Amino acid sequence: MSSLGTAGAKASARRLLKANAWFVFAFLYVPIVVLVVFSFNDSERVNVWQGLSPRWYGEALGNTQIISALRVSLIVAISSTIVSTVLGTAVALALDRYRFKGRRALDGTVYLPIVIPDITMAVMLLVFFAEAFKLIDTFGPRLTLGVTTVALSHIAFNISFVAVVVRARLDQFDRTLEEAARDLYATPWGTFRRVTLPLIAPGIAAGALLALALSLDDVVISAFTAGPGATTLPVYVFSTIRQGVTPELNAISTLMLAASITLVVASLALQRPRSTTP
Amino acid sequence: MSITSQTRGRLRRYRWLALAATAALLLAACGGGGSDNAADDCEPGETDGDLAFYNWADYMDEELLLAFEEETGISIDYTVYESNEQMLSQVESEAAIYDLVVPSDYMVALMIEEELLLPLNYDALPNVANLDDAWDNPPFDPEHQYHVAYQWGTTGIGMTYDALDAIGGESSWAVIFDADTAAQVPGGISMLDDAPEAVSAALKYLGYSITETIESGNEDAIREAGALLKATNDRLVKYDSVTYGDDLVNGEVDVAHGWSGGFAQAFFETDAYETHVYTIPVEGGVRWVDTMAIPHNADNVCSAHAMIDFLLDAENGAALTNYTYYGSPNEAATPYILDEILEDPGIYPPPDVYERLELIPQMGDLGLIVQDMLTEAKS
Amino acid sequence: MPWLRRVKPEAAQQTAARPDEPAPAAAPQTPAELDTQRRARRTGTLIATPGALYLLIFFMVPLGLITVYSFATRTSTGRTSLSGWNLDSYERIADDVILGIIARSAWLAFLTTVLCLIVAYPFAYYLATRPPRLRARLLVLVMIPFWTNGLVRVFAIRFLLGSNGPASALSEAMGFGTFRILFTPTAVVLGMVYGFLTFMVLPLYVALERMDWRLVEAARDLYASGAKAFWRVTVPLTRSGIVAGCVLVFVPSFGSYVVPEILGGAKTLLIGSYVARQFQAARNWPLGASLSVLIIVAMLVAVAVNQRNSANAERTGAGAP
Repeated sequence: MSSLGTAGAKASARRLLKANAWFVFAFLYVPIVVLVVFSFNDSERVNVWQGLSPRWYGEALGNTQIISALRVSLIVAISSTIVSTVLGTAVALALDRYRFKGRRALDGTVYLPIVIPDITMAVMLLVFFAEAFKLIDTFGPRLTLGVTTVALSHIAFNISFVAVVVRARLDQFDRTLEEAARDLYATPWGTFRRVTLPLIAPGIAAGALLALALSLDDVVISAFTAGPGATTLPVYVFSTIRQGVTPELNAISTLMLAASITLVVASLALQRPRSTTP
Repeated sequence: MSITSQTRGRLRRYRWLALAATAALLLAACGGGGSDNAADDCEPGETDGDLAFYNWADYMDEELLLAFEEETGISIDYTVYESNEQMLSQVESEAAIYDLVVPSDYMVALMIEEELLLPLNYDALPNVANLDDAWDNPPFDPEHQYHVAYQWGTTGIGMTYDALDAIGGESSWAVIFDADTAAQVPGGISMLDDAPEAVSAALKYLGYSITETIESGNEDAIREAGALLKATNDRLVKYDSVTYGDDLVNGEVDVAHGWSGGFAQAFFETDAYETHVYTIPVEGGVRWVDTMAIPHNADNVCSAHAMIDFLLDAENGAALTNYTYYGSPNEAATPYILDEILEDPGIYPPPDVYERLELIPQMGDLGLIVQDMLTEAKS
Repeated sequence: MPWLRRVKPEAAQQTAARPDEPAPAAAPQTPAELDTQRRARRTGTLIATPGALYLLIFFMVPLGLITVYSFATRTSTGRTSLSGWNLDSYERIADDVILGIIARSAWLAFLTTVLCLIVAYPFAYYLATRPPRLRARLLVLVMIPFWTNGLVRVFAIRFLLGSNGPASALSEAMGFGTFRILFTPTAVVLGMVYGFLTFMVLPLYVALERMDWRLVEAARDLYASGAKAFWRVTVPLTRSGIVAGCVLVFVPSFGSYVVPEILGGAKTLLIGSYVARQFQAARNWPLGASLSVLIIVAMLVAVAVNQRNSANAERTGAGAP
């Protein structure tokens, strides 16, 4: 640390920084606190306080539509996360390490799903599935939109996000380690598994967590690419909000918040032994 | 050797994909063929497979679905949507196959025009006799071939009694559209964020009939309504089609343009009937009806008929209204409907008020101009 | 939540900053080196193919379809007719009303971006200067709010800002009287800052954390003033993070429509709602499609310009003392 600069100015700057940090955390958390508090509200209307009660947790868990939507959401989120993490990581590796035909084209297109408006992506996927089904229909099988098409669509945008996150990690990567390993082990697969993979694992984990979060939060694309019986939780939430937000939705959101905090804390705990070695 | 052959392999694959995409486009241009389903041989109550039911969110008592599953032994794939247009884009894409959908009046007309609906087989619907005669030959399906009414409601103005007193005790669109009248209301005003509804309200205030204006293609009247909306924009607190009921009850606004059921639910759940009221303005308002209809590519047509007939049953129809707080088209259901609903003039307007209500017709090309009016009002 | 969108331009800049292709070995190539290269190329193709194919089928082909739609005609029932190609939809975009909508959306997105930058820079600075372990925990704390349903969070903000809500009650208790900011552009900007702040924090944090603090120290040895060192050294060194954060906040703010409708009262139309409306209520798919195509092109141009700029800047920056 530098010892220059007047101590007083430095201390006040530090205080300002700290105050700003507290302010930001408060800003981020106040709405979350409201959401959690109102999930215990006895009232039918979300914005009218009528006393403490856990009744909405019971109602939310007893609502078969919410439960089935939650199930669909989890299936879609988990399957799309797994597939997009594998494919996205591979794309990131290829773009970062290798030179091959079509690399520039891939490099350009991989960012497009991130900048395109949701509604456009939703409509174009619907049109695409419709045309594809018609084509397949001429060969026999008659297909319909459903959980599969929602998952396929989520993979389409998640690949890009995973690729981008993993690539950021690869950028910080010390390549001499790989070269050293190759000099010793020789097989590329061995190098990848023993050196590259462990080093970029935090990037992959971040990408996967992001994919999971994006999938669990998407409304528009899911609404358009879903078919019979494939309503996801955010779509359900969005369409019931027409009739007013019930504390039921806050209860479910709180449960999901609790589940994701548990997940994050668990993954941090798992990572700790490794991350202590720089 | 390996590089070139691989590159060529990839190129070949890409070319194949390009071909597939082109073929898909060509096929799209030609239009797909319908499926060979027919309702002719369905018996009352007969089912032919699990039912894919696509309905508005929060518009169905779950107990009814369970009862139907128990009665028939089939299961229901229940999916919800949030707007008529969302349902339409799925049905017309033909990528999603639903057996039963719930389009509103104007959407029925549009879907008939697009040949997206299957004619119903009345032999399989004995309970149709329960329907009120008033629903027999609506303008959106004059022969009553394609739809059966599900629930109905109105569009009007919800306000505080204070606001109603302030404007002289009689509800009028002037409370929104006339600057002097609006100035007498203490709180804010909101309007539906829905172009056909907003333009219809303005037309009503200006003294036009909605049906005549649309059917005669009176673009000038629509532009006049648009100019009125633009002049009103600055006076509004907001446009809202989602939480207008909550905002009225919470005091965010004192006057809200909105749908009957939304107000009924908000008032009922917060005991706001003492202080708030839903009104149909003297100039008249809009009524609408949501209907049950079968998409042309449905797989399980008999199951869909069985469900329609099930919901047309007197007690089941009443259960539906007791859940949604919207009006029931089912005359036979009346004895089973809760008194608080039957006696609520906001849900069942008295005959003289009912006469002042109009359906919004399918707008065709005028639809885009109507949309532009709201866009320009907000600019 | 799309918080990690930020990484994109970040990564893009870095690839742009170094030679575009991963550099092959120096000039004279032995057959063995050529063989390694060839093998590397094959491996690259092999591992890129599944993802590339997936994007081709499930993104590029659909994108092609929607581009085709942008030249199509809307029938009177709102169906898209694929016969009779034309540029009508593109011509309509030149309309004053639509240009006004675009300008307004850009202005609100700009305000949001500036506010995010002002709040997030010192915040990221604070995070990056904590001990490593605390840093990781604080970062998780930043992320957690984004694990709840976005829509439900926006409704929580709406409640907070309501004229009978806690914020108003607080201001009344403090003697400022009731306040009305719900359903105003202020509320929209506030909601978007809330929604997108993390996009700004994360790239700034990454840039600050990776920065070589010895340079700041060296600068201080020479210049003495802390403020000068900050503006002359820290800011230029974290320029890539600043640009990345700004792009990542600006892009989603520009297209956002849930926040403006719920917090802004939808009184002024923004481009995100306008596009969504074309695909839904108005059923004018060709117009929606052509607007989307233009947005994509604009974003691509912005990203490309940004890549070039930052590549230049980093090159010249590296040459400076």
